[in-house]
Amino acid sequence: MKTYIENFKKYRFLLMELVKKGVKLKYRRSYLGILWTLLEPLLTMIVLSIVFGTLFGNTDPTFPVYILTGRLMYTFFNNATKGAMKAIRANAGMIKKVYVPKYIYPLSSVLFNYIIFAISLIVLVVVALVLKVYPTIYLLQAVIPLILILVTAFGVGMILSTMAVFFRDLEYLWSVGLMIIMYASAIFYKPERLFASGYGWILKLNPLYLIIHNFRQAVFGHPMNMKFLAASIVFAIVSVIVGLVFFYKKQDEFILHI
Amino acid sequence: MAKKEVLRVENVGMKFNLSQEKVDDLKDYVIKLLKRQLSYNEFWALKDINFSLNKGDRLGILGLNGAGKSTLLKVIAGVLKATEGTVTSKGKIAPLLELGAGFDQQYTGRENIYLYGAVLGFSKKFLDEKLDEIIAFSELGKFIDVPVKNYSSGMKSRLGFSVATLVEPDILILDEVLSVGDAKFRKKSEAKIMSMFDKGVTVLFVSHSLEQVQRLCNKAILLEKGHIIANGSIDEVSKIYLEKTK
Ligand SMILES: Nc1ncnc2c1ncn2[C@@H]1O[C@H](COP(=O)(O)OP(=O)(O)O)[C@@H](O)[C@H]1O
Ligand SMILES: [Mg+2]
Repeated sequence: MKTYIENFKKYRFLLMELVKKGVKLKYRRSYLGILWTLLEPLLTMIVLSIVFGTLFGNTDPTFPVYILTGRLMYTFFNNATKGAMKAIRANAGMIKKVYVPKYIYPLSSVLFNYIIFAISLIVLVVVALVLKVYPTIYLLQAVIPLILILVTAFGVGMILSTMAVFFRDLEYLWSVGLMIIMYASAIFYKPERLFASGYGWILKLNPLYLIIHNFRQAVFGHPMNMKFLAASIVFAIVSVIVGLVFFYKKQDEFILHI
Repeated sequence: MAKKEVLRVENVGMKFNLSQEKVDDLKDYVIKLLKRQLSYNEFWALKDINFSLNKGDRLGILGLNGAGKSTLLKVIAGVLKATEGTVTSKGKIAPLLELGAGFDQQYTGRENIYLYGAVLGFSKKFLDEKLDEIIAFSELGKFIDVPVKNYSSGMKSRLGFSVATLVEPDILILDEVLSVGDAKFRKKSEAKIMSMFDKGVTVLFVSHSLEQVQRLCNKAILLEKGHIIANGSIDEVSKIYLEKTK
């Protein structure tokens, strides 16, 4: 255990460099740069609010905040898991030549996406204030779902990044998986009718929905749903343990497949 | 002066699975699994490798193509995990295998220095101190702030060589790299390697030029089909090698 920690310390600078590289290159590639990270969720929020607000006859003026909370979290989960999944292959050049603890690559990918996510939360703050969703004491609870989504994305990302080395078609499968997760996360609709119809279990089986729900509770000033909280904590811990063990067992074989 | 052992290779073996058909997607894997068609073809690229090096030793690794030279260097660098046996080393290992292939194409030369340096396990402070020296040695001039994708392969090799050698590793691994760049840079890089010898760096060297190996190394091993068939001073081993290749 001690050697693990020492090893981590030794490669902390590399982790930082890789996270920095992710952020830098993302913004270097586009003209609008960092502005795009703010503009993109704002524009989709407007479109989704108009379309689904009208479709479902939603007159709640804070509906855009509801959409935005779900969408930002989902976008992070989507980008982080996809990035982690591709991390080993993307860094094949380095992995084939120099020894580096390999978990650094998926980890840096998740962390860099988390930083982008943190920046995009600025949009949420502004929109919430404009639509008069003011912070309450419950907002402090937001820290918990924000940590849970990071841990879950890392755990799921480690599992995917291990599998993707061996199976190239995983990328397509996971895109489908992510789409199903998106529809089952109640991002642009309110789940009440689904619960009333008896199909609510679909949402409750989705850890991402459970996290998003508790994040919304914090933003809108309500206490968290403790059952949801417990389930999402369990899922986060299990996914990290499975991810780490799986990755650790298979990592020596990576080089033979990339 | 008591010699300090810096590298010990014990009973190392490396087995590869040469699947007859490469299965690398889930769909094929499931189909093959159901049809029980997953066959493996095992093959030892290295077997029973034993040797050790003291500080300052310069080991040439001789052998025909496919003898296992690159595989051995990768096992020592920690890139490949040996199937059996152990490698123990002291100090920092800098591998110069296909220089600069690990660079990020979008990143500038300067940014890649930090990235590559971090990969080799160096701290920011150390790289800050070395930065000017590295840039000067690479002779890239103002190209240092241009993305690497615009470099020629010679420029990339120069940058890779500059980072990997100026950071003063304890063990340097050179796999057919001293033939990169133009004649002038080649001379300069050989001089650089020589000056590192004077500082007592330990070297593992592979080159297709026997003359170069004889000039740079004091010890050698000869590999054939993954086995060491000769081990000793460079003169003895190159004699055997010449007889073999006659
Ligand atoms: N990743 C790999 N998978 C399967 N076989 C490999 C792999 N890497 C090397 N080999 C095989 O191992 C043997 C030794 O290769 P190598 O070490 O590159 O030889 P050398 O550098 O001496 O020319 C060769 O037969 C090569 O085909
Ligand atoms: Mg070779």
